[in-house]
Amino acid sequence: MRRLILIAIPYVWLLALFLIPFFIVVKISLSDVALARPPYMPQLDWSAGWEGIRNFFAALDFENFGFLTTDDLYWKAYLSSLQIAGISTLLTLIVGFPIAYGMARAPEHWRPTLMMLVILPFWTSFLIRVYAWMGILSQNGLLNGVLMSLGVIGEPLTILNTDVAVYIGIVYTYLPFMILPIYAALEKLDSSLLEAAEDLGCSRLTAFWLITVPLSKQGVIAGCFLVFIPAVGEFVIPSLLGGSETLMIGKVLYEEFFSNRDWPVASAVAVVLLLILVIPIVLFQRNEQKQREAEG
Amino acid sequence: MPQKIFAPWDDPDETPLIRFQNVSKRFGDFTAIDAIDLEIYAREFFALLGPSGCGKTTLMRMLAGFETPSSGKIFLSGQDIAPVPPNQRAVNMMFQSYALFPHLSVWDNIAFGLRREGRARDEIDARVGEMLKLTRLEKFARRKPHQISGGQRQRVALARSLAKAPKLLLLDEPLGALDKKLREETQFELMDIQETTGTTFVIVTHDQEEAMTVASRVAVMDEGRLIQVATPDRIYEAPASVYVADFIGDVNIIEGKAHQTGDRVQVDWAEGQPALAAKTTRDFSLEQTCYLAIRPEKVAISAEKPSGANVLSGEVLDIAYLGNLSTYHVKLPTGHVIKAQQANTRRIARRPFTWEDKVWVSWTESAAVVLDR
Ligand SMILES: Nc1ncnc2c1ncn2[C@@H]1O[C@H](COP(=O)(O)OP(=O)(O)OP(=O)(O)O)[C@@H](O)[C@H]1O
Ligand SMILES: [Mg+2]
Repeated sequence: MRRLILIAIPYVWLLALFLIPFFIVVKISLSDVALARPPYMPQLDWSAGWEGIRNFFAALDFENFGFLTTDDLYWKAYLSSLQIAGISTLLTLIVGFPIAYGMARAPEHWRPTLMMLVILPFWTSFLIRVYAWMGILSQNGLLNGVLMSLGVIGEPLTILNTDVAVYIGIVYTYLPFMILPIYAALEKLDSSLLEAAEDLGCSRLTAFWLITVPLSKQGVIAGCFLVFIPAVGEFVIPSLLGGSETLMIGKVLYEEFFSNRDWPVASAVAVVLLLILVIPIVLFQRNEQKQREAEG
Repeated sequence: MPQKIFAPWDDPDETPLIRFQNVSKRFGDFTAIDAIDLEIYAREFFALLGPSGCGKTTLMRMLAGFETPSSGKIFLSGQDIAPVPPNQRAVNMMFQSYALFPHLSVWDNIAFGLRREGRARDEIDARVGEMLKLTRLEKFARRKPHQISGGQRQRVALARSLAKAPKLLLLDEPLGALDKKLREETQFELMDIQETTGTTFVIVTHDQEEAMTVASRVAVMDEGRLIQVATPDRIYEAPASVYVADFIGDVNIIEGKAHQTGDRVQVDWAEGQPALAAKTTRDFSLEQTCYLAIRPEKVAISAEKPSGANVLSGEVLDIAYLGNLSTYHVKLPTGHVIKAQQANTRRIARRPFTWEDKVWVSWTESAAVVLDR
């Protein structure tokens, strides 16, 4: 009985916080837009009884999903989101791995402090930090100011409201999600393994490649998914730092909901986004599973 | 013609393979190795023996190149090895923690060093097969290190370090996790490998019996210092100090005051007891504090008072039955407890002595070693 309750808790959680909202969104995505409140129909009419339920289901259709294929805005936005998320993930890995490696190699008494420093930005509001980046990257912002006063550049660079700013924003925001799993993997790595590799004839570099890299692979994969998955649907960063030509599905979704008030199409966009993300999520789970088995 | 005895350390013309010259290693203000001078010769099977934390692993790590001496120099084949990185030393080390690569199979672990040398594929195959056979791991070749037992892991580590057939092999407690039978077999395998390949072995062990079995010479260490370096029989028969005598095998230690005449020492050891006699080559000043070290198997035990030099009466306090041997703990009126060992030639029921029997213990003048510390 106790076991049953223990197992039930996460499922109830999943049901309440994911499945029920998801089905509501699916339902809206199958509805039609209407000038009403809420702005879609049909609404389920309980008072009409059985007949009402039947009418309700009869009015649902896939029209909105069809609509997504008629305007190339949507698939372009999806593709561009995947691309921006992919490139950002790679950049985050390039920045994050050396940091995680340095942390894992640092003297033991330093590590908690370094860990704190990585997590510290979470203590201030995400929005404020993104606004801060606007201040740094703008035409007469901090970065241009410093570069110009150093004489590196003569003209201020246009970074804000370009894709570059979006990459900077995503890398900055998601860096801890990359660092922490890689750090966890590297910290477990026994330094005597590297010594053994050297003893058997490896140079430092080959030992890194043959021992450190494979043994931190799971951490790298976990980190990449933790960055990639939320980055695809990112809305705040592209809308604040990106330009008008920065196309991301999160922005499209926002426009549909709040500017067009087309809840059904917006819901359809969200459902498709989820379906696209299910693939990496499943891969991520498989990776975690494999890791548990390998340690088992 | 008598066979030449292997004893390069006695030959002044021999040059040692390894030479430690006043080597110290400090970690912060802690001295792990304290001004060691040591010479190890080619083809030796050199055993390091000592209590936990005395610096055995540190000594090996300096040879392998993972630690640099804080002062002093280490020479390998006459060359200072300080500037040679670990991957270019003709030295392989078996780690005390095994340090097996968890992502590689047993086979790939053993092949690791061979692959780095870029040897031909079938050559590697053959060599790994040989090592697997030697360590009896053929059945586990495809497994990962976490899928085998502790003793099997130890054998993988051993096989991996043996595979490259290095000039110098450092084994840090290579057999600790094996059962007695497999350990003895592996000891003989190691001695065999040593004889056929001519590799020089430096081996750390906690098991003094193992050191006695395999080693050409034994070094007893304590707190970063070498206490005695000698052949196993010298260490056992002529320990340099009470510490060594006590560390290697069982021993009775009796403290007293020396009265030397020539090569004879009379030791006053207790009020109202006759002095104990022993032969020595050392010199003791009058009334100098000294220690008699007598191995239990050299102490005779009898019901009748024997004639001879050192005869003491006492009462059987305890009997430790070891199968082929029994150790009798005999309590003297002075409170000392003397251990006497006897072979069990008869069935246990017909044992000559039992608890609280009055007995005599005795030993000859040459049985005891007189030590000054
Ligand atoms: N990297 C290090 N930093 C500080 N102290 C160290 C370090 N390595 C070893 N020591 C210390 O040096 C001493 C000798 O260590 P070592 O590992 O050589 O002992 P050992 O003789 O191999 O012991 P054991 O039989 O338990 O393996 C110990 O007191 C240990 O705490
Ligand atoms: Mg050790």
